[in-house]
Amino acid sequence: MDESWTRAKGVFATLAGPPVVWLVAFFLIPLGIIWAFSFGENASLTQIAINGTFSNYAHAIKPLYLGIILKSFWFAALTTVLCLVVGFPVAVAITFASEKTKAWLLLLIMLPFWTNLLIRTYALMAVLRTEGYINFTLGFLWNGVAHLAALFGYHAPAFTPLELLHNNFAVVFGLVYVQLPFMVLPLYAALDRLDRSLLEASLDLGAGQLTTFARVVVPMAMPGIVSGVLVTLIPSIGAYLTPDLLGGPSSQMIANVIERQFKTANDWPFGAALSFLLMYMTFVAIAVQAMLARGRRSARA
Amino acid sequence: MRRPTSSRRSLLAGLGAAAAGLSFAPLEGCAPKGRIGRNGEELKLNLYNWDTYTGKTTLADFKAATGIDVRMSLFATNDELFAKLKAGNPGFDVIVPSNEYVTRFKIADLIMPLELAKIPNRANLLPGFRNPPFDPGRRYSMPYTWLVLGIGYRKSKMDGVPDSWKWVMDSDRYKGRIGVFSEADDMIELGAKYLGYSVRNIPYPVIDRVAEMYIRQKPNIKIFHHDEGQDLLLSGDIDIVMEYNGDIAQVMTEDADLDFVVPREGSILNSDCLCIPKGAPRPDNAHQFINFILDAKNGAEIYQTIKYPTPNAAALALMPADYRDNPVIFPPSAVMARCEYADFEGLDRAHLYDETVTRIFAA
Repeated sequence: MDESWTRAKGVFATLAGPPVVWLVAFFLIPLGIIWAFSFGENASLTQIAINGTFSNYAHAIKPLYLGIILKSFWFAALTTVLCLVVGFPVAVAITFASEKTKAWLLLLIMLPFWTNLLIRTYALMAVLRTEGYINFTLGFLWNGVAHLAALFGYHAPAFTPLELLHNNFAVVFGLVYVQLPFMVLPLYAALDRLDRSLLEASLDLGAGQLTTFARVVVPMAMPGIVSGVLVTLIPSIGAYLTPDLLGGPSSQMIANVIERQFKTANDWPFGAALSFLLMYMTFVAIAVQAMLARGRRSARA
Repeated sequence: MRRPTSSRRSLLAGLGAAAAGLSFAPLEGCAPKGRIGRNGEELKLNLYNWDTYTGKTTLADFKAATGIDVRMSLFATNDELFAKLKAGNPGFDVIVPSNEYVTRFKIADLIMPLELAKIPNRANLLPGFRNPPFDPGRRYSMPYTWLVLGIGYRKSKMDGVPDSWKWVMDSDRYKGRIGVFSEADDMIELGAKYLGYSVRNIPYPVIDRVAEMYIRQKPNIKIFHHDEGQDLLLSGDIDIVMEYNGDIAQVMTEDADLDFVVPREGSILNSDCLCIPKGAPRPDNAHQFINFILDAKNGAEIYQTIKYPTPNAAALALMPADYRDNPVIFPPSAVMARCEYADFEGLDRAHLYDETVTRIFAA
């Protein structure tokens, strides 16, 4: 293993070859085709003329579409914050669990991946709908209490089901549900490597629990937090299934608009431009984040 | 700077040849050529159809009658069908697009004219289906089923019969219990219909009025659904919904409290049609199949299973009374007279409709 790869070029090429071919053939080339479409226009129902036009991008930065992108960012940001708030204690708890429990807890976190996202989303619909499990349970409890109250002469009003499905709440709820494991796993990986003696030192030297958490645990878990935030935020911005199935009249996200361009509207160049606009924005956000991180590091040094 | 023009098709041909071979291989298979029929074509047929859209024995009956083996593939939306064929026919002999897509296929030059002499059973068609505006003289398509959009509703939750589009588009009486079809063209066209216009060539100012109407109505709408209105109605999530008569007819058998009405302003007719795509490997078998479907008995076998309205007079005569006299499957002729076919009116209009609903959803 000490040997430099340059001395075993043949082995390296054999090992790297298939993944590189795969990446180029099934990722870079298709992506390149879609990128080329974004500079084209519909010549007919079946033909796209790639003529270097920027008209699709000009159209995509209209306030209507920018507003929808902004809204998608907002949904995704809210999802990420909620995942972080919920996921951090979970990750801490797993870190401090015994080795045997830890394995089970990690399995529980990964268990949802064994079921297809579409099926999980439909299951969530059955839970949230007007006549779903939550409303059924609440109605059952309400009626029980109402019966009891009636014995004492108080007549409670009839149970009105909560509106849990087909609104923006359901979309964020669904996104948090889907993305939570992606937040917990990197957080756990970072926290698990944390040197416990540092915590003891901090406590011994007079820092309280909160101070220790804020000034020792969080900074040391920062790489995990950053990667958790990225892998939660980016897929959430492009979420398509969740707003489509759980959303209400005002839950349209940018991926739903893009989907229609490739289907009913049959405007692939515009759909491609919208997709790449989103991708450029994500790249810029990551670059800015990386620059800020570098700035912070050099400031500290 | 202008780059050399390139087309999607040539790009795909150049770069995606391997992928294309992969995805289309299952259709033709690597098996040796099968037996040849009297017409010189292999005794096979590739049918590309909607799910649950044939009778229980239709394909077996066809094989018994002609010796031709039908291999059926399924698509879920017209877009999927169109996308599959626009890069070249991967080997289908018969496809079943809806009327607006018959127009698209025709414009894109992807379907072939039918040899009407090979389809004598077209004499069985009801007069109203022999010369539709989207295919004058039935030169490219034969009707398989038809549908009409209307309002499905829960009887116990309504004040009377909701026989106007007003109750879904322009009123808060059923606030929070309304479902609207999310398909861009249907939404805009039905809105125009409610305002007293035809569903074709809608004037631009009317499109804006329709958009404003829906935006005003949004607080009252529970969901813009994707053709699952019947399920939402059945589960009690909503009580009144824009949906197809065939879909509501199916759930009415499960819940006697549900009903359907075509609003008095009129509505949009839809018709799924049998077409032969260009490059079909076995066009004569395809004609035989279409003629077989239009036969009275074979048609009745299909409609008995799928319960969709039939355009076939001879098949209709063989159907039981509970189908023939069902006002959901066959709404009263007075209101049907006010229904019309929508049509594909060019990509610019498709784009405009899409942007209009994007605006409505984003408002």
